[in-house]
Amino acid sequence: MAALKMGARLKSTVCEGEIMVVIAPDAELEMTCGGAAMVDAGEAVTPSGEVHPDHAVGVAMGKRYIDEAETLEVLCVKSGDGSLAANGALLLQKDTKKLPKTD
Amino acid sequence: MNVMMLLEMASAAFPERPAFTDGSTGASFTYQQLFDAARQRADSIRNSGAERLVKLDVSNLGTPLSLFASAWAGVPYVPLNYRLTDGEIQALLARVTPAYLVTEDSRLSALGAVTDVQAVSTGSFLDDAQHTNATAEPWAMDPEEIAVLLFTSGTTGEPKAAVLRHKHLVSYILGSVEFAGATEEDVALVCVPPYHIAGIAAIMSSVYSGRHVVQLPNFSAEAWIELARKHKVSTAFVVPTMLARIVESLEAEGAEDAGLPHLASLSYGGGKMPLSVIEKAMALFPNTDFSNAYGLTETSSTICVLGPEEHRNAAAATSEQERRRLVSVGQPLPGVEIEIRDEDGQQVPAGERGEIYVRGEQVSGEYEGRGSVTDSEGWFPTRDAGSMDADGYLFLEGRADDVIVRGGENLSPGEIEDVILTHPAVADVAVVGVPSEQWGEAVAAAVVAKAGATIDTAELQDYVKERLRSSRVPELVQVWSELPYNETGKLLRRVVRTDLAAAQS
Repeated sequence: MAALKMGARLKSTVCEGEIMVVIAPDAELEMTCGGAAMVDAGEAVTPSGEVHPDHAVGVAMGKRYIDEAETLEVLCVKSGDGSLAANGALLLQKDTKKLPKTD
Repeated sequence: MNVMMLLEMASAAFPERPAFTDGSTGASFTYQQLFDAARQRADSIRNSGAERLVKLDVSNLGTPLSLFASAWAGVPYVPLNYRLTDGEIQALLARVTPAYLVTEDSRLSALGAVTDVQAVSTGSFLDDAQHTNATAEPWAMDPEEIAVLLFTSGTTGEPKAAVLRHKHLVSYILGSVEFAGATEEDVALVCVPPYHIAGIAAIMSSVYSGRHVVQLPNFSAEAWIELARKHKVSTAFVVPTMLARIVESLEAEGAEDAGLPHLASLSYGGGKMPLSVIEKAMALFPNTDFSNAYGLTETSSTICVLGPEEHRNAAAATSEQERRRLVSVGQPLPGVEIEIRDEDGQQVPAGERGEIYVRGEQVSGEYEGRGSVTDSEGWFPTRDAGSMDADGYLFLEGRADDVIVRGGENLSPGEIEDVILTHPAVADVAVVGVPSEQWGEAVAAAVVAKAGATIDTAELQDYVKERLRSSRVPELVQVWSELPYNETGKLLRRVVRTDLAAAQS
């Protein structure tokens, strides 16, 4: 369990997945990817172990993920085979409204 | 959170795709080349000990490289206006030292001699980036770090330096651009100056969507049309004065159609778009989607958009109410809130004029040395005047300071200008308040006639009188050959006021 900070980068320990925190809740929580706890992206850890079969839909670069309450939002910055979860609950992919190009 | 992350993702997803091409020289960067160059220049900037990176040059490959290399190095990027006088440039430069300056050859010796300025030419900044082999430390992820310091155009008083932090710019991009949303055929033509917020936003949103940017360093309508045809440009942003010139140039060619079949979208903003210009443009570009964007430096660019469908519906509408929407700036982006407030800070009813307030993650509202001017609930007073209709469409009505106080009555120049612009002989107009012994301020107008038309000033005054209350009829009307605009299309209202006041006395 740890408090997440806006802008922080975390990576998976079981796949190539990597995320950045966009909106962080006040409470501490455990972020997992592929069912295993994520670590600070700066740590020298190479992915090992297995992606848990219940957490294996994957994360896609450029997609944003939110929890049910929408108090947590993360951006996937590197795709991976594991799915994201907070305190065991899978995150949902956030729909983005398509906007006209303006700049 | 750092704008470098946008480039990191793009270069991982499509390393070989062309990212930027200098339209005047043809030199270009792929996404991978831009990423590698940013790493190397970040190392140079860190080693220099400079605390700011200043870019003083037209748009070229050094522009995106400066933005991303400074983000990587952890120093603010400060693009300066190269059209300022030498004295003005030196004064601004002195406010941002110690600085690493990237500039044109002709300025190197003079500006390199300024205390605490380390100057390199844009050419060597780009060349060295291709030959050295640095391994820069990773960029910081602190969302509070300053990404960009941007001097506002300062049409009144000394320029203020708007502070944009990484969190503001990244929030803006994540909220408004779909990652990798562009195809390999998508090409953006960027002609706004690099020191304008729209120029900075164009770099970031193109990178995040994976578009190829073609840069036009010095705008002319002919060069714009030529580059757009040559590179099969699919999307572009222009300010209203640029669109007016493009339309004129196409009309001079005798074209019924612009001959730009690849141009899928054309957006505009940065000033008031005359109804006649946008109507002509829509006829010349029948298959192009038009969008109107409203934004400010202090809000990390666009906060409100009038989309293509809304343009078409308004243009095809028969009622005045619906057609008027064509001069609206549309509705707020997701995550952006807008309110119209009166002088006491109270929200006004739909349709009434007041000052535009904005709130959202992308809103900075902060100036260097002055802190944030947002209120305790995060609302930023834009100093722009406007109104919002019952459906949430925003209409701009000039600057809040432009209001004319005549005999104790507050008059909006925009309301009077809108009426004068509907007169068949009028191409352009500026309405200002001039000193008056009787009223405090009197209404005065400078008008520009359409080609081949003549304006009868007495008849124009009657025209306004038939449509508005008599207090709004300009007491002074002058016919000018053109109105004064700055290079980004902002009307220099102060100049109009001074000249009309002198004419009156």
